[in-house]
Amino acid sequence: MALELPENVVVSRLDELANWCRKNSLWPMPFATACCGIELMATGASKHDLARFGAEVFRFSPRQCDLMIVAGRVVMKMLPVLQRIWLQMHEPKWCISMGACASTGGVFDTYAVVQGIDRFLPVDMYVPGCPPRPEQLIQAIIDLQDKIQREGTISGREFDTVERQQRKRALVESIEPLTLDASRNPLLQQQLSGLHTNAPPLGRS
Amino acid sequence: MPHTPPPLDNVLQSLASRWGTLDVSTYRNQTRIVVAESVSLEVLEFLKAEGFDLLVDVTCVDYLEYRGALNRYGLVYLLTATTTNQRLTVRVFVDDPTPCVRSVVPLWEAANWLEREVWDLFGIHFEGHPDLRRLLMPEEFAAHPLRKDYPLQGRGERHNFPILTRHDG
Amino acid sequence: MAIATTEFESAERAGHSKDYHWTLNFGPQHPATHTTLRIVLTLDGERVVDAQPEMGYLHSGFEKLGEHLTFNQYVTVTDRMNYISPMANNVAWHCAVEKLLGIDLTPRCRYIRTIVAELARLSDHLLSNGAVGLDTGAFTFFLYAFYQREVIYDIFETLCGARFTNSYTRVGGVSHDFTPLVVQKIRDFVKTFPKTLRDMEHLLTRNRIFVDRTQGVGVLSKAEAIGRGATGPVARASGVTRDLRKDEPYLAYEDFDFQVCCAVAGDCYARYCVRMQEMRESLKIIAQAIENLPAGAANVGIDQRAALPTKKQVYSTIEGTISHFELSMSNRGFAVPCEESYAATEAPNGELGFYIVGDGGESAYRARCRPPSVLHFALFPHLIRGHTLSDVVAVLGSLNIIAAELDR
Repeated sequence: MALELPENVVVSRLDELANWCRKNSLWPMPFATACCGIELMATGASKHDLARFGAEVFRFSPRQCDLMIVAGRVVMKMLPVLQRIWLQMHEPKWCISMGACASTGGVFDTYAVVQGIDRFLPVDMYVPGCPPRPEQLIQAIIDLQDKIQREGTISGREFDTVERQQRKRALVESIEPLTLDASRNPLLQQQLSGLHTNAPPLGRS
Repeated sequence: MPHTPPPLDNVLQSLASRWGTLDVSTYRNQTRIVVAESVSLEVLEFLKAEGFDLLVDVTCVDYLEYRGALNRYGLVYLLTATTTNQRLTVRVFVDDPTPCVRSVVPLWEAANWLEREVWDLFGIHFEGHPDLRRLLMPEEFAAHPLRKDYPLQGRGERHNFPILTRHDG
Repeated sequence: MAIATTEFESAERAGHSKDYHWTLNFGPQHPATHTTLRIVLTLDGERVVDAQPEMGYLHSGFEKLGEHLTFNQYVTVTDRMNYISPMANNVAWHCAVEKLLGIDLTPRCRYIRTIVAELARLSDHLLSNGAVGLDTGAFTFFLYAFYQREVIYDIFETLCGARFTNSYTRVGGVSHDFTPLVVQKIRDFVKTFPKTLRDMEHLLTRNRIFVDRTQGVGVLSKAEAIGRGATGPVARASGVTRDLRKDEPYLAYEDFDFQVCCAVAGDCYARYCVRMQEMRESLKIIAQAIENLPAGAANVGIDQRAALPTKKQVYSTIEGTISHFELSMSNRGFAVPCEESYAATEAPNGELGFYIVGDGGESAYRARCRPPSVLHFALFPHLIRGHTLSDVVAVLGSLNIIAAELDR
């Protein structure tokens, strides 16, 4: 029995509707540290306008954003700041790692630069480039929008990335013996004390 | 046509009359003098009075792996006179185990952060500096990274952070 | 987890034992801190009593990298220092390297490097003033500036393939010579830029709100500027008439007719005006240079064994082949003397110099970058005492502190 619906009525699942709203109004939190920050600003400027894709305002407060774009290299001194801001953001939240330095450390394989923020944060989308062109960043946001549409939030399916996150932890290199200094890291202290049990050693899982 | 800076003969003569013969050399139109650490502050004070009012840079070179080096650390002071455009490089050599020089902050306020950076990256102590603490590296960092015996990739400090997963927070 | 705390957060150490003073942490993540700076402000209501700047949140070990990369590889790293005018850093690095090695450039190369350095200066001042506008609330000004920067990026992209982070210069020359298309684009830019500059000036220069926010704020006297090591527009706005392009001419600056822009007030408004006027002077230099571009080779000759020869020379002359071999094999390279030298250029931000120690090998033994931003950031507490919280943003913007150059 076909139902005649008037033109201004849409039927959908709540999941898809929520995902559609969320993906089309991603407000970025620009965590711009270095050169990629300039390309991020250029993406938001008038020639490659990011506002077309729903990223209308670059809110600098983590409490008002859902997308954190880490643009630029993250050094040891800055990483706790980055992690604190990630924890301050409300769910649902996504993270784009923009540029080679944020994804893998880039040109800077030095004592101070973290070799990829995905060692310490869950990342949803990587944008290669040094710096990536604004079109590449826009493509990344479009791909993230597709990802958000697929992996809903009502049922919490994005939390299914736990297995993927675990595998990434195995990439932490241990060529030289780590000088483990747990004095600042309560989580590390927990893990180290958990070593006395049958828990797997840090960095290999 | 590289620019030739104005000659420094008058300055070098006054320096020589005050402190005797100096170790002066020139390279590509730049004049460098080497002074001992014991007179470095006085020489720099004298140079400031002679007109070198702009301190361009304070830096250090670690000569650990340099062929033919006699001392480990060479501090470099780059001075400029804004009125006459003269430039002079003053070098002071110090050694392990406790490399220490007197701070020039009383002469040029610009030296404040430049000396902090040399302390941070090389471990050279500046006596008389009002606030000698690390500038670039975190406070808890233990080593002096720009020394030649510190590896480029560090000693694992860049991996020591807690890992946040999707489930946390 | 704790962010590194400093002693300034304990009132006793800072000497502020008055309980009505409160501490505000400004950054390192804040829209007005141009990337990662941190200032710990001690405030009495809205008035700043003290400001302790903290840096190091972007320290990536550039100077240590300089000891491991060759001179032509390191130019990619210098791009990432003052990342709003990368060409200026490339030119400064290679000027320093060529001074150490004693290489004289061809006339065409000097003109080319001058043109790209001045385009980089335009790009830097556009963003710097744009950021001052943005931070004080003028969003349209920022967008106009960014649009012109896109035109400059287009020129750079036509020239060498990259919008910014170009790594354009090489020892003895440049990586790509100017093509007629590039020359045409620069000519068009020179024709169209003055109109945009006029529009931008109409928006802000006599705007009552902007003038009230920036005039008299963050005053730097001439003696303080010299004593604290300020150079570039920050110093020139305080009356220090020092410009390395005129005082120690390098590249082709002697051939051009331009003026050095100075002001006496030393406040934020003076710095803004100096930068706007400098953009006009830079445009004059570019216009003169592009019309008088000498013909000839952009790279030095093969006999100097410094710049890579062209493919035609490699395949058809024996000198080209030998030169290419000598430069490409890692145990040969060019002859680097065991000496130390310092060379400075007038970067858009100030005196950008490199102190390079050579040890005979193909990479520097020590590559020290003398960053103007460090000394300007050290000026900040001196400038801000007694002003209000909203002035913090205006002063920080006017100093044009680039965190990557600051921290290296």
